[in-house]
Amino acid sequence: MTVTDTAHRQRRSPLTWWRGGGAGALLFLLPMLLIFGLFSWWPILRTGVMSFQHTNLVEPAQWIGLENFRNVLHDPLLPVAIRNTAYFAGLAFVFGYPVPLLMAVIMSDARRLRGLFSMLAYLPVVVPPAVAVLLWRFFYDASPSGVFNSVLGKVGVGPVPWLESSHAVMPALVLEATWAAAGGTVIIYLAALVSVPPELYDAAEADGAGVFRKIWHVTLPHLRGIMLITLILQIIGTAQVFLEPYLFTDGGPDNSSLTVLLLIFNYAFGSTTGGGDYGSATALSLMLAVALAILSFIYFRVTRSWSTS
Amino acid sequence: MSAGLWARPLPRVGGKRKAVSKAASSESSDSRGLTSAFELRHNGLRWTRRAVHIALLVFLVVGALGPLLWLARAAITPTQDTLRTPMAFWPHGIAWQNLKTAWVDLDLKLYFKNTLIIALGSWATQMLVATTAGYALSILRPRYGQILYGAVLATMFVPAVVLLVPLYLTVLNLPISHTNLVNTYWAAFLPAGASAFNVAVVKRFFDNLPREVIDAARVDGAGSFRLFWYVVLPMSRPVLGVVSVFAVLAAWKDFIWPLIVLPDPAKQPLSVRLPSLAPVTELDIFLAALLISTVVPIAFFVIFQRFFLRGGLDGAVKG
Repeated sequence: MTVTDTAHRQRRSPLTWWRGGGAGALLFLLPMLLIFGLFSWWPILRTGVMSFQHTNLVEPAQWIGLENFRNVLHDPLLPVAIRNTAYFAGLAFVFGYPVPLLMAVIMSDARRLRGLFSMLAYLPVVVPPAVAVLLWRFFYDASPSGVFNSVLGKVGVGPVPWLESSHAVMPALVLEATWAAAGGTVIIYLAALVSVPPELYDAAEADGAGVFRKIWHVTLPHLRGIMLITLILQIIGTAQVFLEPYLFTDGGPDNSSLTVLLLIFNYAFGSTTGGGDYGSATALSLMLAVALAILSFIYFRVTRSWSTS
Repeated sequence: MSAGLWARPLPRVGGKRKAVSKAASSESSDSRGLTSAFELRHNGLRWTRRAVHIALLVFLVVGALGPLLWLARAAITPTQDTLRTPMAFWPHGIAWQNLKTAWVDLDLKLYFKNTLIIALGSWATQMLVATTAGYALSILRPRYGQILYGAVLATMFVPAVVLLVPLYLTVLNLPISHTNLVNTYWAAFLPAGASAFNVAVVKRFFDNLPREVIDAARVDGAGSFRLFWYVVLPMSRPVLGVVSVFAVLAAWKDFIWPLIVLPDPAKQPLSVRLPSLAPVTELDIFLAALLISTVVPIAFFVIFQRFFLRGGLDGAVKG
């Protein structure tokens, strides 16, 4: 296509362009050009510029070189936020990653109940996240008569000060986040599982494989490609966790649930710190994005040979 | 844990169509999963399998559905009951008026209306951008189309977080016109239209439409607009349905963006308004408000579940 186009370029005039429907194409592209231009391309370009500027929206922006980055890197809260975010991502991996996989493998074998299973699993995904957090905040009530504590009290555990303890707060956030999000991944795995060729199971059976060996040698290898993708998407997603720490604890207690994205939000819009530090917010966003890009790049380099396709 | 929620649900349609076609073939040959009919003749395995399925059912009902059932019950229970015996299975007295009080006294109907406006606006913007762009890039194919499509796809690799602040400053002071969109619904839903995922999905669907039909319409003298409206769009109902349901649900669930661009409480959607209502509201009324905010997306999901769950389930049967 490109070769013939360049060959014809000389003979094209505005008139032939108009007659050939060029204006029509442009007209149809207009909504996309406007919306992407204003709300995607322009802000992306602006990110690069703004991270080197000081902006307070009143005076014209000033170039201040790397000072935003220096401020962010010297912020004593940054290591705390990074540690907490990594902890959240780690917990989400340990608890949240195997659950949808296990559910999907069991569900794929159920025939009549599969529709009901997947509907139940997906239900929490459609609950508005703000509603889910507000509901769970009540579940996590620290008093012995709190919802979870009253259940735990029956088996002699607790009461656990879920959100008020700097040890319990992150696991509590991860538990809610897993509840809210697992269903989406279950559906992705289920879609991949339907495409396992039945002959492979037949063959494995002929070789005397039991259920667990079939899962290990047929099902999981078939899912390897999609598992690698869901893992990196989960890491990228958990690295940007905001809603849970913001609505559950606002980073507390004692900054033990302050995440990187919450720090960015506080720089720009925070009520306690005053906000308005758009330069630092953009600089930290940019650093997070670059870190994630590098991580994804390394991830795909390292896992390339494991992926089936 | 969902990659599909935290990130945009990237693998969904791309992987799905392949899965669907493969599922169709495996469905027709021999419907079997992990266990075969032959194996299931062994009693031990059959009972184990049944036990595992029942365990999963219990786990899902308690774990996934449980919190929602609890909410439904607590929303119509007086505060004192909920506080004293939070896990009581059945309420002592049913307080239906909680729902009405929340709707009227908390002014929930206003925030409900705001949520609806934002969801519909977001849907309309996304549909307009995705269908016109998909049509131009797939059917009309101007010479510069490839470059534009590349520029659209490139935005997929920019995490949403990076755009938060610059996007806010853009909305605060639009380039060229210098309009301030903050505290208008436009600010809440226009940026949703810049979804590369939607454009890619719709364009790929248009790419697979039968060329003969489109060529025939062109020979019959249909111009680009007639072709778009009377031929391409009617043939694309499945993909438009998928894009629509995800657009509406995403707008209903959105929190951080409307929180930033709609500081005026009278303009805020439910998600944004509820957290600030929490400390100043009686518990039972607040739980009723949470229930009301959840009922619509759940009903929406139940009605359109095949779009959400189609990842290979009944997608093979109905396209």
